[in-house]
Amino acid sequence: MDLFEYQGKQYFARYGIAVSPGGVADTVDQAVEVATRVGYPVVVKAQVKVGGRGKAGGVKLAANEDEVRLHAGNILGLDIKGHVVHRLWVERSSDIAKEYYASFTLDRQNKVHLGMLSAQGGVEIEVVAEENPEAIAFLSIDPVRGLDLATARRWVNEAELDEVAREQAAELLVRLYECYTKGDCDLAEINPLILTPDNKVHALDAKVTLDENASFRHPEWDEFRADEFEDPREKMAKEKGLNYIGLDGTVGIIANGAGLAMSTLDVVNQVGGTAANFLDIGGGADADVMASALEVINADPKVKAIFVNIFGGITRVDDVANGVLEALQRVTISAPIVLRLDGTNAVEGRAILAPHLNEVLITEPTMLDAARRAVGLANA
Amino acid sequence: MSIFVDENTQVIVQGLTGGQGRFHGLRNRDYGTKVVGGVTPGKGGTDVDGIPVFNSVKEAVAATGATASFVVVPPKFAAAAIIEAAQGGINFIVCITEGIPAQDEAVTFNRLVEEFPGVRLLGPNCPGIISPGKCNIGITSGDIALAGGPVGIVSRSGTLTYQALYELSQQGIGQTTCVGIGGDPVPGTNFIDCLSAFEADPETLAVMMIGEIGGSEEERAAEWIKANMTKPVVSYIAGVTAPPGRKMGHAGAIISGSKGTAQAKMDALRAAGVHVCQNPTEAGQKMGEIVKAF
Repeated sequence: MDLFEYQGKQYFARYGIAVSPGGVADTVDQAVEVATRVGYPVVVKAQVKVGGRGKAGGVKLAANEDEVRLHAGNILGLDIKGHVVHRLWVERSSDIAKEYYASFTLDRQNKVHLGMLSAQGGVEIEVVAEENPEAIAFLSIDPVRGLDLATARRWVNEAELDEVAREQAAELLVRLYECYTKGDCDLAEINPLILTPDNKVHALDAKVTLDENASFRHPEWDEFRADEFEDPREKMAKEKGLNYIGLDGTVGIIANGAGLAMSTLDVVNQVGGTAANFLDIGGGADADVMASALEVINADPKVKAIFVNIFGGITRVDDVANGVLEALQRVTISAPIVLRLDGTNAVEGRAILAPHLNEVLITEPTMLDAARRAVGLANA
Repeated sequence: MSIFVDENTQVIVQGLTGGQGRFHGLRNRDYGTKVVGGVTPGKGGTDVDGIPVFNSVKEAVAATGATASFVVVPPKFAAAAIIEAAQGGINFIVCITEGIPAQDEAVTFNRLVEEFPGVRLLGPNCPGIISPGKCNIGITSGDIALAGGPVGIVSRSGTLTYQALYELSQQGIGQTTCVGIGGDPVPGTNFIDCLSAFEADPETLAVMMIGEIGGSEEERAAEWIKANMTKPVVSYIAGVTAPPGRKMGHAGAIISGSKGTAQAKMDALRAAGVHVCQNPTEAGQKMGEIVKAF
């Protein structure tokens, strides 16, 4: 789960990482309230999960109430790369002497944690990595040993942060590492991490991705979830416990297993179609899950055909077949369904469906045949 | 021959008394796997359909001589179960659990490397391993596999592993061993571990490798293949049409920026002399041609 900047800052604050005083605002009046509370000048920032907000006019400095009203009014409702701004973060403006970069993420190749620190922050780290890689101090961290203050001190020296910033930065990095590990982040990034003219170090931005697998030990994440979904189809799927990603095509896809679902998208594409979604019903899905999956797909008006691709393992094909029949009773499915059924109890599953097959409920013997049929129907 | 497991491998099931553990543990035994014990704290002395249950891995190993463990426990307890297996004297651990936090996986992997260098972990979040006719540890349906070789399979995805087995078995082509390494960010066993074992196995004559988007394990495998592999490799990579920045089901299947795309992986494999195919069926057919030419 990607957090909005304001959520990331709230999460950082839990781990003692210094951020600017500020608050969220969903209306112009709320923005003024926050600004009055934290004191002028303030920065009004669009809360969207996409980069390049500044260039799109989503980050503005305001010296007084009139300017807050002007900027907040302009930014709310602004479309930034397809993300409409519904919420603002208003914070006390900071004077900046220096901008740094700091992040922790998993180094998948070496299976350790990777810290990145640079005295050249404020720009995209990918650009720095490409144009001036020696400006980034990389630190490999053994997950068993973790990061101690002594190592962090050597690291800030190596990155050549300004001397006055080093001790504060080292302490902040240890806290950020704690946030990353104990806080179960896939990514914890501060860009920029700033040094102010009065020699204070703090986080001016926050980019945090949480590892959903760890949500069982983080009840505090519930508050982040309310604003998680911008796509109503994904919201509905999540409520039904389905692993769904909305796309733009016309063939609705249901498969069991992430790999097979990805492969189904590819095959649909290869035979000239476009996928409306990725949907993995997971292992051991029963009839009810299958019915819910069809309901979610059916709610997408762009879907012109539905391709159900099942290779039974833990999932039993007879359960899938029963789920299809259940869904047909529960809701009126508006697009034809093409099924490919193999694996555990495939014979039983096909037998269950046999009496019900017609021009809108079709089975095909192989994945490729079924893909061609579904794409043909969708493109007709 | 087979890799990592064979007909003599003795297996305990951690979590045998749970619903999933019982179902798959008994299914593995029915297949012919030597399932010699189960472990559930507090349930020592009982049995599951004749399989004795012990309170700890240590007790189970002392009583049965098992060297392999099948970990089927919920995500919260999986990391501790893996470490317990290693401490208890197990040297091959298969963990199918899906949903283990990445931080736990990173710590567990490094603890195994540092404290138990002789122990191999397969998974987590994988379908397991099957050497057809000899041993099946995990959740793969034994009836889609065919004994006798000559093909080895290694795959990151569960269902595509079944698809690969099926495509080969349908053509009458057997498998030496089929290894599902799993779709998580920190797999205990990677492509290179399996490729090098298949390269060393005299009965494996060709290898099917199924990858997917995310990470750079396929690219590293390609480098290894170029430098070391003498046997033909057929590959399929899932996720050509996956959008960047979205996790496609598996925690590890995500394109970050320009990294981890299917295209980059296919290019790297092709450059290493691998037969890269567009879908699982095509990969099966290509392998059919290769095997018939032997």
